[in-house]
Amino acid sequence: MSHFARRIRYVVKRLLQAIPIVLAIVILNFLLLQLAEGDAVDVLAGEAGSATPEYMAELRAKFGLDQPLPVQLAVYLKNVMFFDLGYSFRHEMPVSELILDRMMPTLLLMVATITLAVGFGIFLGLVAAMGLNTWRDTAISIFALITYATPLFWVGLMMIVVFSLNLRWFPTSGMENFAMFYEGWDRVWDIAHHLVLPTITLSLFYLALYTRLMRASMLEQAGQDYVTTARAKGVTENRIMFVHVLRNALLPVVTMAGVQVGALIGGSVIVESVFAWPGLGMLAFEALFSRDLNLLLGIFLLSALLVVAVNLVVDIIYSTLDPRIEVS
Amino acid sequence: MTRLLDITDLHIALPADSQRPYAVQKMELHLEANEILCVVGESGSGKSLTALAVMGLLPKPHVHIAKGSVLFQGEDLTKVSDDRLRQIRGSEISMIFQEPMTALNPVMTIGTQIDEVFRFHDKMPGKERRRRALELLRDVQLPDPEQAIKAYPHELSGGQRQRAMIAMALALDPKILIADEPTTALDVTTQAQVLRLIKEMQAAHGTGVLFITHDFGVVADIADRVAVMQNGLVVETGTTDQVLRTPQHPYTQALIAAVPELTPRPSRARSPEIVMRVNKLEKTYRSGGGLFGGKGRIVHAANDVTFDLARGETLGIVGESGSGKSTVARCIVRLNDAEAGEILLGDTDLRPLGRAAMRPHRSKIQMVFQDPFASLNPRTRIGKIIAQGPIMYGASPEDAKKRTLDLLDIVGLDPRSYDRFPHEFSGGQRQRIGIARALALEPDILVADEPVSALDVSIQAQILNLLDEIRDRMNLSMIFITHDLRVAAQVCDRIAVMQRGEMIEIGPTSTLFASPKETYTRELLAAVPGKDWFLKGSSAQAPAT
Amino acid sequence: MTFWKLFARNRGAVVGLAILILITFMAATAGIFFPEDPFSLAGQSMSPPGENGFLLGSDSLGRDVAAGIAHGAKTSLLIGLLATLVAVCVGIVMGALAGYYGGIIDDLLMRVTEMFQTIPSFIFAILLVAIMKPSIESIVIAIAVVSWPAVARLVRGEFLSLRNREFVQACHTLGMSDIRIMMGEILPNCLSPVIVIGSLMVATAILIESGLAFLGLGDPNIMSWGFQIGAGRTLLRSAWWVCTFPGIAILLTVLAINLVGEGINDALNPRLRERS
Repeated sequence: MSHFARRIRYVVKRLLQAIPIVLAIVILNFLLLQLAEGDAVDVLAGEAGSATPEYMAELRAKFGLDQPLPVQLAVYLKNVMFFDLGYSFRHEMPVSELILDRMMPTLLLMVATITLAVGFGIFLGLVAAMGLNTWRDTAISIFALITYATPLFWVGLMMIVVFSLNLRWFPTSGMENFAMFYEGWDRVWDIAHHLVLPTITLSLFYLALYTRLMRASMLEQAGQDYVTTARAKGVTENRIMFVHVLRNALLPVVTMAGVQVGALIGGSVIVESVFAWPGLGMLAFEALFSRDLNLLLGIFLLSALLVVAVNLVVDIIYSTLDPRIEVS
Repeated sequence: MTRLLDITDLHIALPADSQRPYAVQKMELHLEANEILCVVGESGSGKSLTALAVMGLLPKPHVHIAKGSVLFQGEDLTKVSDDRLRQIRGSEISMIFQEPMTALNPVMTIGTQIDEVFRFHDKMPGKERRRRALELLRDVQLPDPEQAIKAYPHELSGGQRQRAMIAMALALDPKILIADEPTTALDVTTQAQVLRLIKEMQAAHGTGVLFITHDFGVVADIADRVAVMQNGLVVETGTTDQVLRTPQHPYTQALIAAVPELTPRPSRARSPEIVMRVNKLEKTYRSGGGLFGGKGRIVHAANDVTFDLARGETLGIVGESGSGKSTVARCIVRLNDAEAGEILLGDTDLRPLGRAAMRPHRSKIQMVFQDPFASLNPRTRIGKIIAQGPIMYGASPEDAKKRTLDLLDIVGLDPRSYDRFPHEFSGGQRQRIGIARALALEPDILVADEPVSALDVSIQAQILNLLDEIRDRMNLSMIFITHDLRVAAQVCDRIAVMQRGEMIEIGPTSTLFASPKETYTRELLAAVPGKDWFLKGSSAQAPAT
Repeated sequence: MTFWKLFARNRGAVVGLAILILITFMAATAGIFFPEDPFSLAGQSMSPPGENGFLLGSDSLGRDVAAGIAHGAKTSLLIGLLATLVAVCVGIVMGALAGYYGGIIDDLLMRVTEMFQTIPSFIFAILLVAIMKPSIESIVIAIAVVSWPAVARLVRGEFLSLRNREFVQACHTLGMSDIRIMMGEILPNCLSPVIVIGSLMVATAILIESGLAFLGLGDPNIMSWGFQIGAGRTLLRSAWWVCTFPGIAILLTVLAINLVGEGINDALNPRLRERS
């Protein structure tokens, strides 16, 4: 069987393995809904304030809340399948529509952040590992140590103080300047301009993480036997570093990139609320503020599904980097 | 004429906090074209660092050449530039290593890794390089070169990987091949094939081979000349005949005397009392599969295994890795659960017993393990390690301590060991502690799983003697698992040969050695390194009984 | 070499330990130096640092920033330690069971762990606190719930490799009970990585706590650094000090704990020291 066919089989296997996890996440979401004070209708309607007892009873019947728990779960699962996540009375919109509206900005921020953090992290880790114990290594290590310990929201605020309020290089908040009615490339440029500070803020922590990981991974791989073999073959040091060691050292970094996506989405709640970036995180912050629990749960569910999807993609990338994966 | 390789007054310095200042001292060694020089020594003798020093691959700056010269065709390798050294490596001098799995890059195909040798030393079009690589793989007798060139290391077996390594090392027809224990990680039949391959390739190309090993059997099979190392010093050099027949240095004499001979021990009368019977034991492993993985592979680790064990006898179970010999041992001590069959201890069948029901029988069968470094809990004192068994079975702490001190004496350890931790002991001493622990419950049967294969040869002999002595003194029966027929010949009254989960042949050691019935048994016997030499040697000597 | 000698070899770790002791001292003496409720009006509002008797200034309600930092230290350390303790205990139990027994138990527990690692932990923590209503207990529970999987995975890995180690098998052949093998033989041998990950988790817990408080999910009766920054963010233009100093406090604390964690790692795993 060719490597390619085996890889396809691996991908299918991973897809199948994701199903129980998705199911478990949906059930967890359902349980959280149960855990909240009162029944789901209180959560759904309670915040609306104006809900009459008749309306409440109608809602209860609609969601089957007079039914036993397993039936409720079945109804909930069916609803989620059709992407019906309930109604947000605060926004007077279905939750699913609200979430889809706000998804693009978050995705934009995530892609920008991952690219920056992983790319720069690998680069810095490489530079540090290659100049072990030189000033470059020390400087990068100290930088990583400090950014690793800094709270995101504080970095964001300090960025605003320095780069927006004092230097006036970047806007303080939002995703674009609606008042200017930009179109075409002007609009792209405007959004990119707004994107800079949130992206840097969100990526700093992960940049530190990947830098440290890459450095450690490079050092570990450089001590392996196959490096000695390559030297014994008379291969140049550059080739040993950039072909032999680098490719092996990337493996744990790629794995980590997948694992960290969930944390990244969490971080986006903070960064988006600091920079008023109109994405899911900002929406979550608003929901929190207005006690719109149902909306919060919807965001939670969607972001969890997003992580599952990204992890799948990462696994597929990983399988192209590591031939051994086909065996296990 | 200048010599191919000439090492004079070589000193290799170790880091400041090491046990000795120099790994290698005052080394004088030379290698001619078209000869195989074996450097023999036990672990820590400095033999591997010598190899790395010649290649310029010492882990600098911790370990470096402090003094002396390494002349390669008159050119001092300790003084040449890094660039020149790189040129020489792989084209003029190349090297193969002990562990072919870790020595190959796991994410690169065999083809790419061979290709690198050409690319970094010669200008050659890609097509030509591929043709040469295929030819090399054919030369080292890999079954399907077209397939092997595309394979990743994990897709080959251990022996195939080592062949690929050899192909890579010989790609540019180097003048010197350095082989650092290249067959130690391989099974005995594979080892014999790889040794033969190295010898053939060496003869065909007139290469000078510097062969590092700890095994005098391998030396006898392959070497033209021998250098013996002890604690960083070359204590003796000479032709293979000289060194093996008339060793001059006491250390060499001791080493050669410690090599277990392939002559079976004199047979003893077998006691009529049978302590254990194993009937039709079955154990399978499933690999792969799982929730969604579809079909898994089923491996028969033990298939219809039947044997019995008399009081006071030692039964050897011999086989290569994956033969199921360890599985059988582990099923008997109930570390693994066999699926079918009987393990009769007296009249009780141990196989179906649950944990609680098994408990009263545990003390009857005890085990000695392979790895002396893994078999003792690093955080527990020796006294407790030995005494905790008797205490669990109801002995008072005072009695247990007294018994422990007795046992320390029996296995030849100082009573002060009682309060020490495992890391304060050497491998051989740890194995003694492991034996004492097994004896603490006064078992009827001792199962020893490769008890000496992690030890140096001189210590091997001591532990084997100890086991023998204990067996006689306590009238124990022993099941001795080993891959090494030489060791089995020394200690076993009877030997069972296992292959792919089946016990293919069982019989008294002398009968089995003199007239093996199965082809595989004959292959195993033929593959024992140094067999001819040591058989010849022992028959030449006066019978030592 | 003793633990302290090895620890002291890492100069960063010693500096970290010094900072940590200082912060602990600050937390312990907060009630002595700042006896008043840190929420109370202490004088002129919006005072810059050094003026009107405010060492680090005051906010728009006239609350003393320095007093808030001192009292906030107590909150951060307390929540960090408690949450880590709970997470480590849960993680050890889950990881030990999964790693020791393997098979179906392992599959099941690891699927649960995997799910917990998949869901975005910070949003999960927000949800839990929002549902349970903000209080010290709910914050500790929420942080522990999102932190234990890392410990469980680590402990599982250690148990998985140690359970097949020969000294453990020797205990089986002696007929030792499972619980004794797990607690008495295996656990002591995997404590050092658990201690290291635990110490680093305290730092993460403090970061999560400050993030929750920043979003307004802190215990409303207790002063915390995150709350100070959250309350001061609207004053960024006029009173930079309200946000800046608590942030530095968080940074220093987390940095110190990470440094100490690395020092412990170096001291407990001397083999790895040469590499980095």
